[in-house]
Amino acid sequence: MSINVWSILKFFAYVAIIMFFLFPIAWIFNMSFMTNDEILRKVPVLFYEPTFKNYIGLWEGEIAIEGFATMYVYFKQNLINSAILSVGSVSVTLLLGVPAAYAFARYKFKGGEDIAFTLLSFRFAPALLIILPLNLYFSEIGLYDSYFALIWVYQLITLPLLLWIVRGYFEDISPDIEYAYRLDGHSWFQSFWKISIPLAKPGIAAASLLCFIYAWNNFVFALILGSSQIQPVTVGALAFITASAIPYGLIACGIVVSVLPTLILALFIQKYLVQGLSLGAIKG
Amino acid sequence: MWIFKMKINRKLFPYVLTLPALLVCVGILIPFFTAVYYSLQRYNLKMPHMKGFIWFDNYVNIFTDPSFWNTIRVSLTYTFFTIIIELLLGLGIALLLAKRTWLNNVLGVLLVLPLMIAPALASLIWRLLINPNFGVVNYILSFLGLEDFTWASHPDTVLFTLIMVDVWVFTPFIMILLLAGLRSLPRQPFEAAELDGVPEYYKFFRITLPMLFPFILTASLFRLLESIQQFDIIYALSQGGPGESSMVFQVSAYLQTFQYTNIGKAAAMMVVLWAICYFLCHVFVQQWHKLKIKTKGELLQ
Repeated sequence: MSINVWSILKFFAYVAIIMFFLFPIAWIFNMSFMTNDEILRKVPVLFYEPTFKNYIGLWEGEIAIEGFATMYVYFKQNLINSAILSVGSVSVTLLLGVPAAYAFARYKFKGGEDIAFTLLSFRFAPALLIILPLNLYFSEIGLYDSYFALIWVYQLITLPLLLWIVRGYFEDISPDIEYAYRLDGHSWFQSFWKISIPLAKPGIAAASLLCFIYAWNNFVFALILGSSQIQPVTVGALAFITASAIPYGLIACGIVVSVLPTLILALFIQKYLVQGLSLGAIKG
Repeated sequence: MWIFKMKINRKLFPYVLTLPALLVCVGILIPFFTAVYYSLQRYNLKMPHMKGFIWFDNYVNIFTDPSFWNTIRVSLTYTFFTIIIELLLGLGIALLLAKRTWLNNVLGVLLVLPLMIAPALASLIWRLLINPNFGVVNYILSFLGLEDFTWASHPDTVLFTLIMVDVWVFTPFIMILLLAGLRSLPRQPFEAAELDGVPEYYKFFRITLPMLFPFILTASLFRLLESIQQFDIIYALSQGGPGESSMVFQVSAYLQTFQYTNIGKAAAMMVVLWAICYFLCHVFVQQWHKLKIKTKGELLQ
């Protein structure tokens, strides 16, 4: 009897969890295939003819609304900006972070741990504290509203992340393999390039995908340091929702397109997610 | 290629490798100290001629300002409830999914999805779901006898709404870390308890919970640091309103800067928040490091 009650409770727990965490995502997907009329009903419709009009409108940048003139939306540019900013930040992070991670893992040097922990503490500093002065600086030296400046600021979140994850991977590689390779007459750079990096590759790949997700999801940096010309989807979608007269289906569609890349990437790095999210502290 | 043949100086070499990262470090410390410097100045963009050094007047100002105390109260309420709810819910779900079955494995993957959505976009998703005109959540709630819930449009319910979105996004974070923790626990204590016929609740409180504690502590400190600085969710959903009912630290500083152009005051607020975060970060790093050594050590054995 008591086992029965227990399993019924468990069943309801599963249903409640699935409803709360997954239904919103499913419903927003659903909405993106609806026309405005179908969305605006007080009783939600479950059966309707899915339309791709929203997606086409979003891509072409103009949408005809009955009774109004044609509307222009610039969401495509936001998507391109997101891609440039994320790919750019991850590339810079890889270039700066991988050698540094190697140094922290292999060498004990004076001040090394201090630098590593200072970088980590940036991950937890209030973003606005750094951005407010930067905003004034950038306006002065003409860097406001440039991809370069934003990518540089993005290092605040991506660099510590990559550094601490990849460091763990380098620590797991035995230095003896590198020494053996170098005894054969190869230089340090050769052993780094041909031995260390290939061995740490899964970690580097997972860390860069996670960095990509964090960069893509960032909101506050571009909100303050860029105009709508270079803002990513996170800021663009907010402008979208606050603008009047944009059909709700189109807004839902914009949100779906913005979250899809990170959702898909998340499925790829499943295995490394725990390790990445805990900055390398917990092995998944 | 010259780089393949390069001779290296043993002592300087690690510094050469870390130099670019170090430069980023310095590049971030400069605006940080500038902000501290601003916080000691009377600095309003609309009144540039009034700019001047006033020592701690900005701090005296904010701490005698009831609206700053309101900001502190709202921030702490938000932080407290998000952490408690996310911790209990995350632990509950982790326990539910701990056994490796087909359903649990699939759910373990799917439940991480909200965490991968940008918090700002998560707010927008919920804005569409709770829209007073067509929100599907309102429709579902009407079956439970709850009509016209005010959500973010009323001071009494706005914090609840924000906390709900935060819980939606970040519970998976706690869940996934604790799940990894649960699955990494050694089996022997549980087997011994099984043999002795120890009741379930005793096993949970005396074995599972204490062994899971380092994981719980690290995960919640991590969340604590992010939650007290939460900006995206709140800015995208309520912008601190209605009135000042959801005005947290960073939103408040943002409005001080861009609406009232009061740089000095905004900088002072951010320095106060930074001091809190610095302290918390210190505690976090200690715990995180301990856990790191612990999980590594267990792997070595």
